[in-house]
Amino acid sequence: MVPGTTFVRVCKAVLVATGVSIIGLATASAQTATPPAVAPVKLGIVTFLTGAAAGPFGIPGRNAAEIMIEMINAGKVPEPYATPGLGGAPIETKVLDENGSTANQVTEFRNLVQRDGMHAIVGYISSGNCLAVAPVAEELKALTVLFDCGTPRIFEEKSLKYVFRATPHATMDSVAAARYVVKKYPELTSYSGVNQNYAWGQDSWRDFVAAMKALTPKAKVEKELFPKLFAGEFGAEISALLTAKSPIVHSSFWNGDLESFIVQSGARGLSKESTMVYTAGESAMFRMGSKIPDGSIIGARGQHGVLAPESALNTWFRKVYEDRFGTPPLYPSYHMAQSLLGLKAAWDKAAIKAGKRPTTDEVIAAFENLEFEGPSAKIRMAIGNGHQGISDIAYGTFKYNKAEARPEIVDIVRFPAECVNPPANMTSTAWLEAGMPGAKCN
Amino acid sequence: MITAIAIVTDGLVYAAWLFVVAIGLSLIFGVMKILNVAHGAFYAFGAYISATAIGLYFDRGWPAAGGYVAIGASAIATGLIMGYVLERVFLRRVYGKDEVVVVLVTYALFLILEDVLILIWGAEGKAAYQPYSEAGSIDIGGLAVSLYDIGLVIFAALLAIAAIFAIKKTTFGRLLTAVIYDRETASAFGVDVSRVYTLTFLLGAVLGALGGAITAPKISVSPGLGVEVIVLAFAVVAIGGMGSIEGALLGALIVGLFRACAVHLAPNLELFAIYAVMALVLVFRPHGLFSPALARKI
Repeated sequence: MVPGTTFVRVCKAVLVATGVSIIGLATASAQTATPPAVAPVKLGIVTFLTGAAAGPFGIPGRNAAEIMIEMINAGKVPEPYATPGLGGAPIETKVLDENGSTANQVTEFRNLVQRDGMHAIVGYISSGNCLAVAPVAEELKALTVLFDCGTPRIFEEKSLKYVFRATPHATMDSVAAARYVVKKYPELTSYSGVNQNYAWGQDSWRDFVAAMKALTPKAKVEKELFPKLFAGEFGAEISALLTAKSPIVHSSFWNGDLESFIVQSGARGLSKESTMVYTAGESAMFRMGSKIPDGSIIGARGQHGVLAPESALNTWFRKVYEDRFGTPPLYPSYHMAQSLLGLKAAWDKAAIKAGKRPTTDEVIAAFENLEFEGPSAKIRMAIGNGHQGISDIAYGTFKYNKAEARPEIVDIVRFPAECVNPPANMTSTAWLEAGMPGAKCN
Repeated sequence: MITAIAIVTDGLVYAAWLFVVAIGLSLIFGVMKILNVAHGAFYAFGAYISATAIGLYFDRGWPAAGGYVAIGASAIATGLIMGYVLERVFLRRVYGKDEVVVVLVTYALFLILEDVLILIWGAEGKAAYQPYSEAGSIDIGGLAVSLYDIGLVIFAALLAIAAIFAIKKTTFGRLLTAVIYDRETASAFGVDVSRVYTLTFLLGAVLGALGGAITAPKISVSPGLGVEVIVLAFAVVAIGGMGSIEGALLGALIVGLFRACAVHLAPNLELFAIYAVMALVLVFRPHGLFSPALARKI
């Protein structure tokens, strides 16, 4: 035996033993330091990332989803949402673009559920898409929270088990607008409307007129205008409104149409003849600023944004959103945030009750008739068999603060949820046609 | 009376806008026999680049009048660059191919360019309202009418006169006419058809971009605006006759006035009115009001 060879062998043995020990120790250490892995909750987020609805609605919605999910996972949302994740499980998201045909959305929805194995889906701005995916969600037994679409038909035409909507439906917007107008203009004799020619515009105008008929039957409809969606050019409509000289003009315009109408009507002095009621005006007020005439009545599809009452949750939400994106959250951001918080509240409740990761049915049971705090209002899943949320709403009057170069809302009036939403046992249309019986406005 | 004034002014303003948008589409079809769906992309790019130029211009506090020059200059530059690239890189490869193939190529380009817009400018709308707002308005028979819109009508009228004059009285116009009627014969007589194609496409692209550029100060420039426009432009060209400048002018006037009548007198029929007129014209004149007589080849 060569002594040198022995020495080399001993050295090798020591090195190998040391290496094995280090690896073993490291592995053991890692095993003790890492908590048992919790399977994530896979969440599909669907919102407009491209197309005309992306700027005012889709991107603010996606931004809110991004920040809320990050904060929920980190357990940094204020009480009562301070626990991390959904029932302790981290959220893993897949974000999809809502742009494209309704048929495409249905296909993508199926892909999210069947191919990607999403445990829940939060999304949809377009009422058409909401109406299309709701029956598919039922068919696939997929927990779905609609976050922004407004059509009341979702839960009024059919009872749904797997679909929820924390955001109140559009009837509330129109009824509250009518109540605000009548409160401010009790002697109103006539009014007109300019709304986009599709479901949202037509439904909004129909509900506004029905509410006005109940509240001030003497006021007559002067002009009913329905320009094409995304028309952009409203010269003829503005002329028609200028010649009608109605004291009030209702509009549920949104996106570029809203901004184009504000610019074109402003240049021609429509505000000198009529006070505009923009039910979705809050989504444009920061971009348009002083272009919006002072005195215009502004809604935010709830009491969101500048219409939101002070609360710790709202202050926190506005701060984290503004810090990240450099702009205040608009109402679609609030809609997304409250939808995610509703899902978390239901999931956490179900997890506590089950003592383990809850099943979809257990989350559904917890979500039905749930009451939870959103950043801007308490949401009660009170109608649509406990699947449709209602909340208080506010309207206000636009005023541009020249000294500080920023838009403001003054004369804010808040309406309780039961004042502007139909009761659980009536459809919106029936309730409006009956003169809004049972409305509790005090 | 005020309603009649409103119908006429609104109809003329809408017709002016439609004419500027449709004339390039009609020209390209007339000369090249290409149904150019990418015209919507020229319009959209014209609008975006104009909005950007207006923003840059007015941010510097320069005189408002120069803003209108910025609109025109940005449109011409946009049309020339886009038109040249698309014609040289893509369309040149499909000349002589089946019309369906050419339409599909322009449609594909349109879709790609729509996404390029989002890549460059993002999904948010872009505002460039200063030229429209600062133009102010005047009272016509008790109706406030935007001076920018009146300027648009004057511009469209001048454009129509210039286009008709150029087609009928200039050498290039005669060459165009020759190619419109018979490409092969024109080529046999020594007309450089390929050069005429390139120049026509550039001209059409500039006009498309100009349509977008002059619209930008009135609207929120946002993704998807090219889609809406191309459908209307097709309706105008179909009514007037594919390839006819006079047809595009008359088609725009008919659509503009019918739409204004509908908005003022029967608002629920507004959408229906435009396409009803188109259907009515096509029933009696399947090739449009000003379609050229087709020579029968033996």
